[in-house]
Amino acid sequence: MLPLRLAWRQLRAERARLFSAIAGVMFACVLVFMQLGFRSALFDSATALPQAMQGELFLIHPLTTALFRPETFPRVRAYQTLALPEVQVAVPIYMAQAIWRNPVNGTHRAIQLIGFDTEAGAVSFPGLDALIPALKRPDTIAFDWKSRPEFGPVPALLAERGPFQVEIGHRMVEIVGTVALGASFGADGNAVMTETNFRRLVKNRDTSNIDLVALRLRPNADPLTVQKQLTALLPGDVTVVTHDQLVAWERNYWETATPIGFIFAFGSLMGLIVGMVIVYQILFADIASHLAEYATLKAMGFSAGYLRLVVMGAAAILAGLGFVPGILASTGLYRVVAKATLLPLRMQADRGFVVLALIFGMCSIAGLLAMRKLRDADPADMF
Amino acid sequence: MADHPVALSNVGFSFGEGALRRPVLRGLDLTVEPGEVVLLTGPSGSGKTTLLTLVGALRAMQQGSCVVLGQELLGAPESARVALRRRIGFIFQNHNLLGFLTARQNVAMALELHPDFGDEAARLGMAGEILGRVGLADFADVVPAKLSGGQRQRVAVARALVAGPGLILADEPTAALDRQSGRDVVDLMRGLAKDRGMPVLLVTHDPRILDVADRVVAMEDGRIVG
Repeated sequence: MLPLRLAWRQLRAERARLFSAIAGVMFACVLVFMQLGFRSALFDSATALPQAMQGELFLIHPLTTALFRPETFPRVRAYQTLALPEVQVAVPIYMAQAIWRNPVNGTHRAIQLIGFDTEAGAVSFPGLDALIPALKRPDTIAFDWKSRPEFGPVPALLAERGPFQVEIGHRMVEIVGTVALGASFGADGNAVMTETNFRRLVKNRDTSNIDLVALRLRPNADPLTVQKQLTALLPGDVTVVTHDQLVAWERNYWETATPIGFIFAFGSLMGLIVGMVIVYQILFADIASHLAEYATLKAMGFSAGYLRLVVMGAAAILAGLGFVPGILASTGLYRVVAKATLLPLRMQADRGFVVLALIFGMCSIAGLLAMRKLRDADPADMF
Repeated sequence: MADHPVALSNVGFSFGEGALRRPVLRGLDLTVEPGEVVLLTGPSGSGKTTLLTLVGALRAMQQGSCVVLGQELLGAPESARVALRRRIGFIFQNHNLLGFLTARQNVAMALELHPDFGDEAARLGMAGEILGRVGLADFADVVPAKLSGGQRQRVAVARALVAGPGLILADEPTAALDRQSGRDVVDLMRGLAKDRGMPVLLVTHDPRILDVADRVVAMEDGRIVG
């Protein structure tokens, strides 16, 4: 306790230096929070589509890397699963990207189309249920209001004039309402429609080939048992996965097959290094400007270990004092960024603990490096 | 021998290696009696400061025997030297007070090392008391930057003496002070040391303070000459 108190008194004496150190730690803290937040938001948003699917089991082509870029497989696989009495419904799902024309300024942008039997109850997005009757009409879609703003102010236009026409893939379709799904790094926006309307929109598509199948099981069926039975039953052009596995499949793509996970880890590391250098500079300057006093303490019989504790205590104090404003600022920034990017960004307790540990680690390393300067405090030079 | 707080015999010390080796102490003998104030003088380069760092256990011994407060320093490990330093009061040419602590807190730092001085309140109380003895009762809660040079050196004297050390080592304590302040500081030091029977080994160039000594020892070329 005594070394910690001495460290605090020393830090407190130099206000300007203390504040620049706190600002440095806070900066590192915010940077790491933002990087980890973006990383997590990316994975959350990338998996928004599989998250929203409600099946117990899914069929997917083993070579599919991610759902925005699926490999197709024969539609008949969906019906083959009905051979098992445990399978209640099998819903084929079509996915494709098409060009959307902004209804206000005419700019083009790729939109993710998702087509399936909306009445089967295997896939549902918030807001979809109310639109089911309207979506039965030819050339109708439901627009994802969480799509990026480049698609145009669709919700505002809907509120203003009611259902209206837009152009997707050189075909006029009617927007009958909105659902909530969320923009991801793979798709800037989404449109949901029935299977039939999907076929009308995507003409060059062989309808006997599908991208995904959602299976609903009878209430008392065990998904893992059925998964084994289906795997044995079906040919090798499909893989049977549970809901969690489907989400993990999508997440795995973003984590391993893209440099995105690495980029955010690298960004966090950069923040930590910058913070460490700042803290090191402050601690080093504190020792260097008090060398005579430290040497005097050594001459008085304070051990080198006591002085090391003073330095580490100062590092720990800076970590704590920088973390508190850092986490507050990050929480605020998350709100601002979430509003601007529509990515699901929010403060989470477990991330807070991870960053707290990283910041303390960062300051400890800075302390250990600065500590070497203590060797220059030689009491024999004092006389 | 064991009764002497400081007993040196045939102490030799050199700086540098090989061709650059430069001896500063050659076969030096010196003893300090209990309660005696010994003043070391001599031209610069005569080795008096090196002698003080050896007696203060701030440097490792090279040859000869140096027994301080019953501890043989030749071949003593760092831990033994740190333990011995806690029983010695040091007064430096510069006060070297911690700028971010008040005079009282600075003095109390010397008591932190000894568990038998009680808790924080007791330590601060003792520190205040000795500051009163050096005439700084009204300045106990002032930081060093707001004290004069003489006052700071008096705080340093209080810090060196507060824990009741077995020996006081002082290196040119008056060098940075004017005549009157310097006189006050050495008088205080002598008075407090005599009251408590503490021996003092004081290195100085300052001829104005020779009269505080019980014995003046002159050094030249690493030897005692008188």
